Amino acid sequence: MKATRFPSRAKGVADRITGFTGHLRMNGLPVGPSETADSLAALSHINAVSPGEVRLALKTLLAPNMDIWNRFDDLFDSYWYNAGSKRQGKANEHVRVQSARPVLWQNHFENVSRGGENSDQSAPDSGEGDSEGMDGRLIATKTESLAKRDLRELTDEETLKEAEAAAYRLARSIRDCHSRRRKRSNNGLQLDLRRINRASLARGGEPIDLFRREHPDRQMRIVAISDVSGSMNVYSRVFLAFVKGLVCSDRSTEAFLFHTRLMRVTPAMRDGDSLRWAGRLSLMADGFGGGTDIGTALTTFSEQYGKALTGRTMLLILSDGYCSGTPQRLAKALSRIRKKARKIVWLNPLLGWKGYAPVAAAIQAALPYLDAHLSASTIDALGALEAEFSNI
Amino acid sequence: MAGEPLAMALHLSLALQRPLLLEGPAGVGKTEIAKAMSEVLATRLIRLQCYEGLDSSHAIYEWNYQRQLLAIRADGASEDELFGEKYLLRRPLLEAISQETSPVLLIDEIDRADEEFEAFLLEVLSDFQITIPETGTVRAKSRPVVILTANGTRDLSDALRRRCLYSYIDYPGHSEELEILKSRAPGLEARLAAQIIGVVQSLRREDLEKKPGIAEMLDWAAALSGLGINDLGNDRSVVQATLVCLLKTSADSAAVPVEVMDRLIGRAA
Repeated sequence: MKATRFPSRAKGVADRITGFTGHLRMNGLPVGPSETADSLAALSHINAVSPGEVRLALKTLLAPNMDIWNRFDDLFDSYWYNAGSKRQGKANEHVRVQSARPVLWQNHFENVSRGGENSDQSAPDSGEGDSEGMDGRLIATKTESLAKRDLRELTDEETLKEAEAAAYRLARSIRDCHSRRRKRSNNGLQLDLRRINRASLARGGEPIDLFRREHPDRQMRIVAISDVSGSMNVYSRVFLAFVKGLVCSDRSTEAFLFHTRLMRVTPAMRDGDSLRWAGRLSLMADGFGGGTDIGTALTTFSEQYGKALTGRTMLLILSDGYCSGTPQRLAKALSRIRKKARKIVWLNPLLGWKGYAPVAAAIQAALPYLDAHLSASTIDALGALEAEFSNI
Repeated sequence: MAGEPLAMALHLSLALQRPLLLEGPAGVGKTEIAKAMSEVLATRLIRLQCYEGLDSSHAIYEWNYQRQLLAIRADGASEDELFGEKYLLRRPLLEAISQETSPVLLIDEIDRADEEFEAFLLEVLSDFQITIPETGTVRAKSRPVVILTANGTRDLSDALRRRCLYSYIDYPGHSEELEILKSRAPGLEARLAAQIIGVVQSLRREDLEKKPGIAEMLDWAAALSGLGINDLGNDRSVVQATLVCLLKTSADSAAVPVEVMDRLIGRAA
């Protein structure tokens, strides 16, 4: 690798380190002037002419988390060894002179721009923001307008991430419930005067033992059942990401998928390795995108996993309500679940459509048993669920 | 025994007097590093184990309320005395900054503590001082060497990360782990040691829920040598029974039946 030849005005270590932190900042690292000073201080404690040591020292100092830790070597090379300009495919003939303004390493945005192409393919009319260049702002303007588009058109990574984040927030707001009464606890904020008084009798009237109390947690449990049948095919990737977000928010959430059969996917969803969970899921999901039988799926659910339902459980059903089974069977299954679960909420991707009315027989049969029937057709709608749920 | 990145991280944290945040999978010896540090520096190791609900009274200081009350009753102690040194219960953080020689402060599994506690830590870690409302601010007599460990239970705040040096520790490579085993169990036969490392390393590549860490590997080696086994290929049924040292969930032990072990041992030999 060829070392970068710096312009003659960038003399000395200080200038170049400043340039390097600038380069890192442009690539999204949270570094500022104090980090520059720290880097210089660090260099005085090591053998600063050994590239290996400098690399390790700066990595330790400037990388804040694992992602950047793994990416740091590339960023380092791109500044100190000109790798950035090499990957741009320019200036191979002669050594490129480092300009005062730090060069943004293009490769960093490789997967982002690929994501952009994907969304372009699925939505050919999105021409906006093309002229804004590769500075990250492009992506921001896009997500802004994507938020209002129907979920069918969105399958790129960022949408999935957003769906997951929306679910995560939603799950937290559903779960965080406190009881109104106070119970004894070891490190509550409030003193339990009645108990202190009573205990002080045994000590001759001195309040020696302090007791405390607080509102105990009354966490809601979430059980999500997602439809992955043919009619839901276009939504299923986003919904899977949504369900994954729900599941990953805590340890008690359960997730199920159904088409004609029902299967429990909680362990697969909880897998931290996203490639592996996709693999495990696709193994389980033969029949993905086939017909639907909501009634049978829910009956199986209440028979096999009925124990998952308690007085503190919220059941989320993600489905469009197109069902090949009989509506009576669905109604019966729901009425049984109704007795066990606290709330049943149906998230319907079609509900956001203009002119859609829930007239399908299955939905008609289900409606009397639901606490809420909400729209989940756009990312915005998914995000807005949090507010809706506080009203239920 | 430390890889080059870790050695650099420790060197810098000593040189710059900055806390060091270590991340990595469970069982790679993050906690062990702090213990080794305190041995090398010949100072005390003060350990703060974090857990959900940890608050400042358990981590920093607390007034000995019962003793204060008795003092009022018995001697009619004045207020100045009551909020003095005598009635202060020092918890790990206060303990660490009031030592004469700088100790090693290990804040273990910081990601288990609540976010509020993380905010508390910021004052301690950036200025090495603690404010006690009744008596004033306690400044560190000597800066402790701070080591934080995290497992990724939740994401840490950027503010905390910025104040720390960072190092990611992964499972050691084949030769490194062999060195560790040799130094911890010097009596072990070289061939068996190589087999053990080979099997453990390939077990980590299997699809397991809980991958065996270094401590598990050492346990297993101790179990094998305790049972007088000197070749993994010989006593297959006994070896299979000793897997309880490595595989800690029922799903994992089901995932490694005799056939899989045969394959792994065959590859390691």
